[in-house]
Amino acid sequence: MNNTELIKKGLPKRYRREKRFRLYGMMAVMVGFIFLLILLTDIISKSLPAFSQHWIQLEVQFDPDVLGVAADAEGKALRHANYRAILKRAIRAEFPDVSKRRDKSKLAALISSSAEYELRDMLIEQPYLLGKAKTVWVRADDDLDTYYKTADKANAVRLTEKQIAWADRLQENNLIESRFNSTLFSDGDSREPEQAGIRGALVGSLYTLLVTLLLSFPLGVSTAVYLEEFAPKNRWVDLIEVNINNLAAVPSIVFGLLGLAVFINYFGLPRSAPLVGGLVLTLMTLPTIIIASRSAIKAVPPSIRQAALGIGASKTQTVFQHVLPLAMPGILTGTIIGLAQALGETAPLLMIGMVAFIVDIPQGFVDSATVLPVQIYLWADSPERAFVAKTSAAILVLLIFLVVMNGLAVFLRKKFERSW
Amino acid sequence: MNATTLLVVIIGLTVFGYVIGRMRSIKVSQGTGGPSSLHSLPKYYGYMVALWCGIPALILLVLWLVLEPGILRSLLLDELPTTMSTLSENELSLVMNDLQLLADSGRIDAETDPHKKAAAIKLLELNSTSELMRNVLIFLVALNGIIWGLANVKIDMRARVFVERIIRYLLILCSLVAILTTIGIVLSVLFESIRFFKSVPITDFIFGTEWSPQTAIRADQVGSSGAFGAIPLFAGTLLISAIALIIAVPTGLMSAIYLSEYASRRFRAVAKPLLEILAGIPTVVYGFFAALTVAPFIRKFGESIGLNVASESALAAGVVMGIMIIPFVSSLSDDVISAVPKAMRDGAYGMGATQSETIRQVLIPAALPGIVGGILLAASRAIGETMIVVMAAGLAANLTVNPLQAVTTVTVQIVTLLTGDQEFDSPKTLAAFALGLMLFVTTLVLNVIALHIVRKYREQYE
Repeated sequence: MNNTELIKKGLPKRYRREKRFRLYGMMAVMVGFIFLLILLTDIISKSLPAFSQHWIQLEVQFDPDVLGVAADAEGKALRHANYRAILKRAIRAEFPDVSKRRDKSKLAALISSSAEYELRDMLIEQPYLLGKAKTVWVRADDDLDTYYKTADKANAVRLTEKQIAWADRLQENNLIESRFNSTLFSDGDSREPEQAGIRGALVGSLYTLLVTLLLSFPLGVSTAVYLEEFAPKNRWVDLIEVNINNLAAVPSIVFGLLGLAVFINYFGLPRSAPLVGGLVLTLMTLPTIIIASRSAIKAVPPSIRQAALGIGASKTQTVFQHVLPLAMPGILTGTIIGLAQALGETAPLLMIGMVAFIVDIPQGFVDSATVLPVQIYLWADSPERAFVAKTSAAILVLLIFLVVMNGLAVFLRKKFERSW
Repeated sequence: MNATTLLVVIIGLTVFGYVIGRMRSIKVSQGTGGPSSLHSLPKYYGYMVALWCGIPALILLVLWLVLEPGILRSLLLDELPTTMSTLSENELSLVMNDLQLLADSGRIDAETDPHKKAAAIKLLELNSTSELMRNVLIFLVALNGIIWGLANVKIDMRARVFVERIIRYLLILCSLVAILTTIGIVLSVLFESIRFFKSVPITDFIFGTEWSPQTAIRADQVGSSGAFGAIPLFAGTLLISAIALIIAVPTGLMSAIYLSEYASRRFRAVAKPLLEILAGIPTVVYGFFAALTVAPFIRKFGESIGLNVASESALAAGVVMGIMIIPFVSSLSDDVISAVPKAMRDGAYGMGATQSETIRQVLIPAALPGIVGGILLAASRAIGETMIVVMAAGLAANLTVNPLQAVTTVTVQIVTLLTGDQEFDSPKTLAAFALGLMLFVTTLVLNVIALHIVRKYREQYE
């Protein structure tokens, strides 16, 4: 048997191995896709319940005696009236057969605690309602809401049997209605899932990102311009370069420690403020922006510089009037990608106290605030079942923002990219 | 007028300085034959005046904001009764806070303690004097800058050269921020760590096998001795990172090979960005996924085959972290594989090797240093990853290599120690900085080695 025959004999085996290897590669790519698919479907399917909210129809009697106010009370006097009592009466009127004290309070627990404040605001706005009856819609408590939303009714553990019977009766009498949950987008955080929204976190994220953008863009671009165009080749500049590359790989939580020790403990800036969050995220995104800006500047061909210098522009004029405008699409793409990273960052912000429970929507850069990813973290920790859906919905909003930002970056690159 | 308004005023004055400087230069040039007789374009004279106006004023403002609290405080201390000056630092800062609140609230009435009342009134007085002084001084400096700048607008003044020199200094200043950040990180974690090692010996920290950072508040309290042995944390971190790498390295490497060697151009154009999405998803999302989907799934699956799985198993956190770093490994490997010269491939094909033989026996050995560098970078990413482990790994420091049990990691402990109520001097909070130092040093060393290997490897083929 000569060599050719030997090789021929081995060929089928080698081709089989070739095919197997190729299959492994295909499988590895597929594993990535499958994980991505599972992750996204899991989050989307979990988030769906959060976009609707059940409301209960009640016939409320604004009885001054029950409210504990005078028959002609107005304004301030109405502020501290007992709205809980009229709510309780209203729901009891629907279920006249409930008589035990414990059952009564269980019955009242079906209504969200936010209903009192809604009635209060309604009465203060329309004082003529005092002494009259009105049909109002109030939010259902999250336990009841979750009960209606779960297909698997047997496991809706948080309601008692009696409460389930009442819930079914409400549904039979058409006193319950599912609506779009606008609270999710219009309100701040709350301990009660049916009243919790992401508005506060979104505004906090906006302020934080604004600080990050205003600081990191000029700083990053200036550094890149200096290193690419002006810096002499010496050890000092090498040190800066190595430094930037290493900073890009420092774990984000370490930046949080820096923020805590320097900005909060040393400079005494306020905890939980978007200003400090923005400062920390600036330091974190700077390497990304610098590296992207440098490669954008490097991509501008030397002929542009030579032409500008040739007609008498100074070095600075060349850089700022010719090179930078041509590199700008690349720089902006890098900046947007850096900001998208900053938007999704959680760990360093935990260190500087942005994990506080904050109901109010922040009004400025030094107000206590939280950001969207931290809100997700906080809600993910909450025991109420309804918060799982809220968390997924918040994640969905965050992902949409990231998709839009990255899409913008891709668009910029495609639209303005020039090949020289 | 608060600091923000003042800033706006300074900016306004600077813009005004630009306009007036430009006009002035044109006017100056009129006697000698128009703007072309100037050394620089008129706008550079504008910039010059603007810089003279803005920069000194801004520097002064920053200095004022940094130094003001300390000076005011010492001035106020002189006012306070002498008993106060013997108070400890902490008590003093409480008193100061109290006074600040009192002054801010504006509710100083007959009921307040006379000492406090006097001090609060003094504080208000000092505050308003300081603010007035600041505003007047800065305004004057800015105005003076404009005047000085205008006086310098002459035909032969080299305004462009001046402006360009300042711009260059500003650029250098900006590039120093990166250095300052590193110094800041090193100093902040180092100083707090040194303070920590004063109360807990460094050997106990690095070689101790018991971790329970709850120190007793009262001396007679039971069960909270406070042990700071970090070995269980290091072991937990390594365990979870190892699981992540076991998932990510083969998958990432194989998908890089498939995408760069086998896949058609069209498939590659779709598949690569899709995989990159995995890298763009925020870690808090992965944490949620790990804690609420993967961990229960692993637990149920384990129970169905008769295994006892902790609800916060290291496996769940590790697997999800592995998914997260797949694109990271994949894109790094892709880079190094495509850097292998075509001649080596062609040589192997010429010898009759199949494509997989070429990859396994030529490309991978040639690209090995780069791949190892990439794996090290991925490992440093896994060690420093925080949110996934905070949400999906446990808090109890178990020293175990069983991936089905709950372990805790360095980053989890940093977050736990620093997010509760904290008193800054207790060993409990300082321990977080010592852990941060360990984390920083480890990731730094890994990165330096990895970058070095990758660079060496690139040079080999260039």
